[in-house]
Amino acid sequence: MSMTANFESGSTKPKVSVSKTPLRWVGHIVLRIFLIIQALIVVYPLIWNVLASFKTNTEVMESPWSLPKTLNWENYVNAFTTARIGDYMLNSVLVVAMSMVILLAVALPTAYALGRMQFRGRGLITNLYMAGLFIGGAYIIVPLFILMNNLHMLDNRFWLSAVYATGSLSFSVYLMIGFMKSIPQDFEEAALIDGAGYMNILFRIILPITRPAIVTLVVFGFFDFWNEYVLALTLVTSDEKKTIPIGLANLMQIQQYATDWGSLFAGLVIVLIPTVIVYALLQKRLTEGMMMGGVKG
Amino acid sequence: MKMKTRRRWFLLFCLLPGLLLLTLFKLYPTVEVFQKSFYLWTGIGDEPKWVGFQNFIDLFHDDVFLLSLRNTGFLMLVVPVLTLFIALINASILTRSKLKERGLYRTLFFFPSILSFVVIAILWSFIYHPTIGFLNSGLDFIGLSSWALPWLGDERTVLWALAITMIWQAVGYYMVMYMAGIDSISPDLYEAAGIDGATPIQQFIHITIPMLWEIIRITIIFSINGVLTISFIIVSIMTGGGPNRHSEVIMTYLYSQAFSNSNFGYAMAIGVFVFVMSFLLAILSNRLTRREAS
Repeated sequence: MSMTANFESGSTKPKVSVSKTPLRWVGHIVLRIFLIIQALIVVYPLIWNVLASFKTNTEVMESPWSLPKTLNWENYVNAFTTARIGDYMLNSVLVVAMSMVILLAVALPTAYALGRMQFRGRGLITNLYMAGLFIGGAYIIVPLFILMNNLHMLDNRFWLSAVYATGSLSFSVYLMIGFMKSIPQDFEEAALIDGAGYMNILFRIILPITRPAIVTLVVFGFFDFWNEYVLALTLVTSDEKKTIPIGLANLMQIQQYATDWGSLFAGLVIVLIPTVIVYALLQKRLTEGMMMGGVKG
Repeated sequence: MKMKTRRRWFLLFCLLPGLLLLTLFKLYPTVEVFQKSFYLWTGIGDEPKWVGFQNFIDLFHDDVFLLSLRNTGFLMLVVPVLTLFIALINASILTRSKLKERGLYRTLFFFPSILSFVVIAILWSFIYHPTIGFLNSGLDFIGLSSWALPWLGDERTVLWALAITMIWQAVGYYMVMYMAGIDSISPDLYEAAGIDGATPIQQFIHITIPMLWEIIRITIIFSINGVLTISFIIVSIMTGGGPNRHSEVIMTYLYSQAFSNSNFGYAMAIGVFVFVMSFLLAILSNRLTRREAS
């Protein structure tokens, strides 16, 4: 509906330069076709996945393009019961929450000290965090595994969360330093004169002001932690502690032989739901945060 | 005096936890990967044995490693080039054109960037699935059955199939970065060019690309590094390195050397190789894309 309305307004609007009008009109149509094709390429696999999650196995085999004949909720039941998606999901929720708490508890005071206080070694520590932006990644997975094995930190959801938080630490500190620096110095000076302690200044004054930036961190953290695969694969060994990406990958392996596609697709949809909800609610925050990173980085 | 000690304790409270985490889980493993790459080490209980550069020499006589290096190189070239090109065009259209529905497209195109790589890998496995996949059945539908292929099972198509999956995932992410850059270009430039009769394509080439060049340079390095990490997940779920090792990439090889073959020293040598390679690539692409001082 709104699409046709836009077509009309696009074709009638540029009346000012008469000679350009047909050219612009054709140009807009070409652009729209280009965008619509891309939108289909992005959206279709996801729609197809949702449809397939309601199909029976034979329906999936027969025609991948058809609609499901009935809404087959059984796949979702199977995903929760036999494939234990619910358990994996619970682990993921736990790990995401712990990672977030650790990340915020560590990154915010660090960024405050580095962004707003003067002390010896500040430059060095700032550089250390900046270096952390570039080091890391999958190539340290082997020494990390050995270290955690030696310290008996493997197969432990708390330490997995600590590793997650560390992975996002450099970026978060970098982002927050920028925010912290933009707050006028008067706030602290006034508070200090009034006799407020450092803790009070940090928690009562600075953190409330930086709340928008904190929300950005939380949004980024959510997607990073909820979707993480390599570390969870390596650092968690027992099945009952695995997170949802690992659970799904396992399910994929099993279904290749069992050919029960339905519950796999149901599992994918179950994982997608929180992602879609968070994205819908906080899309602006996310892209704004990325833009800050893009422009400054 | 009292003020000073309070300040000191507060600084400690602020900085210590982060430094501990950073050292333990990031800096120490980085040092360790360099050090242990000079050892032969086959397992957790085993004592590492110093072998000097032997691991690195072995690497270049290891056919699987060389094949994985070639495959990684292919992906590191094709994926960033196509991703950044499409992202740049999209960003340009969605900021410069007056289309009313562009907000919708921004939202849609960015969406794949926040999906789990596992979800993406599973989804695209089914797109390429030889019998139930909708690529082949789509070809069937439009009467091109003879074009149908087992995309992930064919040595000629597997790398392209993986590359397209990675591009699908990443375009939106870089698009958002470029949109921010284009938003900060002064509209006067475009206006002046428009008055001089420059077409949108000319404006894209002569204004957008030069003005965004610094951001483009950063995203080139970002996306090359991204391929290294992402290819691990995509490959291990979609193909497992097959068919016949034709989609093996450096990270999957590193991982299997460490955790399937218990070749820890060798795996760390691969890690060091990757580390050094991505560092050199960053410098190289930085040099190649540097503009003459204007």
